[in-house]
Amino acid sequence: MSGSGFRELRLDGVGRSFGGREALAGLTLTIRRGEFIALLGPSGCGKSTALNCLAGLLPLTRGSIWRDDVRLDTVPPERRGFGMVFQNYALFPHLTVRRNVAFGLQMRRVPRAETRRRVDEALRLVHLGEHAGKLPGQLSGGQQQRVAIARAVVLEPSLVLMDEPLSNLDAKLRLEMRTEIRRLHQTLGLTTVYVTHDQEEALSLADRLVVLREGRVEQIGTPEEVHGNPVSRHVADFMGYRNLLPLKADQVTGEHVVVGGEGVTLTGTPVGAVAPGDLVLAAARPEDLRIAGDGVPATVEVVEYQGREVAVEARTAAGTALFLRSAVRPTPGEAIRVTVDPGRLLVFPRDDT
Amino acid sequence: MTALRHRLADRGIDRHLLLLLPAAVFVVVLFVYPFLYGIGLSLQPAEGGPLAAYRRFFTDAYLRDTVTTTLGLALPAALLNVLASVPIAYRMRGRYRGKRVLTTLLVLPITLGTVLTAQGLLNFLGPTGWFNRVLMNLGLTDAPVRLTNNYWGVFFSLVITGFPFAFLLVSSYLSGIDPALERAAATLGAGARQRFRRITLPLLAPGLATTFCLSFVLAFSVFPSAVLVGDPAGETRVISIAAYEAAYVQYDYVLAAALAVVMGVVELIVIGLVLGWRALLYTGSTSGGKG
Repeated sequence: MSGSGFRELRLDGVGRSFGGREALAGLTLTIRRGEFIALLGPSGCGKSTALNCLAGLLPLTRGSIWRDDVRLDTVPPERRGFGMVFQNYALFPHLTVRRNVAFGLQMRRVPRAETRRRVDEALRLVHLGEHAGKLPGQLSGGQQQRVAIARAVVLEPSLVLMDEPLSNLDAKLRLEMRTEIRRLHQTLGLTTVYVTHDQEEALSLADRLVVLREGRVEQIGTPEEVHGNPVSRHVADFMGYRNLLPLKADQVTGEHVVVGGEGVTLTGTPVGAVAPGDLVLAAARPEDLRIAGDGVPATVEVVEYQGREVAVEARTAAGTALFLRSAVRPTPGEAIRVTVDPGRLLVFPRDDT
Repeated sequence: MTALRHRLADRGIDRHLLLLLPAAVFVVVLFVYPFLYGIGLSLQPAEGGPLAAYRRFFTDAYLRDTVTTTLGLALPAALLNVLASVPIAYRMRGRYRGKRVLTTLLVLPITLGTVLTAQGLLNFLGPTGWFNRVLMNLGLTDAPVRLTNNYWGVFFSLVITGFPFAFLLVSSYLSGIDPALERAAATLGAGARQRFRRITLPLLAPGLATTFCLSFVLAFSVFPSAVLVGDPAGETRVISIAAYEAAYVQYDYVLAAALAVVMGVVELIVIGLVLGWRALLYTGSTSGGKG
């Protein structure tokens, strides 16, 4: 059932409940061949549930999964022809690296010579050629992860599923492996669904992001779309809009809205329906706030050195915390004024939860 | 002086080691000393040189055959207990409702004790027990099938009392195997049978070897059931009965001690063979990586 000769993979209203609690509510998504999709969201958002449903390790409560015209959700995991990389790697501890990678090929009764050739190739791809004879327990975490990836891609699966594969690695290794995964995807062109709670990881790896919250899709889009134009305050929060100011819409003019309250007046761009008098949440990234001659008065509280610039935490007279970055280093206690471009201040209606 | 203390502490030698003293005393006084005393005693017969008791054991068929009789009971019973535990424990993995009740039911016989089990067996499988009455009423047999007071009675008793023990051990070995491994094998194309044979069984095998050894030792020292539901003068004259008779019927302590030593040596040989096989297996971690 493997082979990459397909056009698209379709999830049609895929849902899963655990004892009446809905972990995933109707995920509809079309994955094009060769695409790298990231399922992104905080823990408990349903992203791992979605992945396990795709892999066939968890039966669906609702919906269906299709590869072109073949219905897949009724097919057991061993016959779906997907490769999966597990969070804790799930390497077979009693088999050598070589036999771990060869396992899937043996299950598919691939001839011995071809198995050997493909395993060698996969191990070379992840730079583990010289460790082929070792047991997984003799490898470092990063090496184990690479074996897990080689084991999944050696089958040339129609879909590779990755369940937070980097979350057990230290920061430096995580960056290295991220590049490695991206490079592998570019080399092999394997359709990939990648689950993560790390927005940076998702943005840097994926062609398209699916942001989930409480089992529901919040937004589907390219990294640029999701990063630049989050459609809800939850996506904004998740995408690093650290400044979330509960304000009130004063007046809507053309494409901008003036928001105020607590001694603050700012101009932003409305996302969704915002009418004068509505309670709103104004969201901005720290890197979009600037210290300027005019703007919101605030007092500097904490300054953190971060290499090229400093991160500043300031507080308005009304007590609202502001996070910004600055090339010059203000001193704690200093009075500053903070401003933001109207295009970079997103104003969300506050009636949603 | 301080340097020496640090060097010793590095190797785990420090004052905390003294905490082991009571346990060590216990083992020496209650196990090592009686064991060595028994060996010494077995080598001091009244006449015929130091090995006379052993010579008598190996030349007297009535004594010698107790070894094969005991092995003939203990080996199949231990093997059956381990083999029967595997599918049941495998099926009972994971978390679900009613697991505790089911486990309790399976483990209950361990609390009964041999005497109660023997009584139950006599009532159920005896010549006038339910089992034979049903068989005869159905016309499947004319005379009662003899299942007690012979080999089978003891065998059933060993299975009933030994199974819960093997089941508990196998269950705990199984629960130590990372369930993600089987899921990984499934995504790699392995069906249920291959997942068990290629992943679970190899990781479980060392545990099965250990379980077999412990089950075997339990079954090998069978005594009460061999008397109560067996045929202690014939078919189920096991080695512990012979040792008991030597010590408390004939008051031949030297022979009894020699029998005890033979019993220990036979057990050690079997365990040695099984552990030798176990050493050939993979015995490392049973998790799939960093958790």
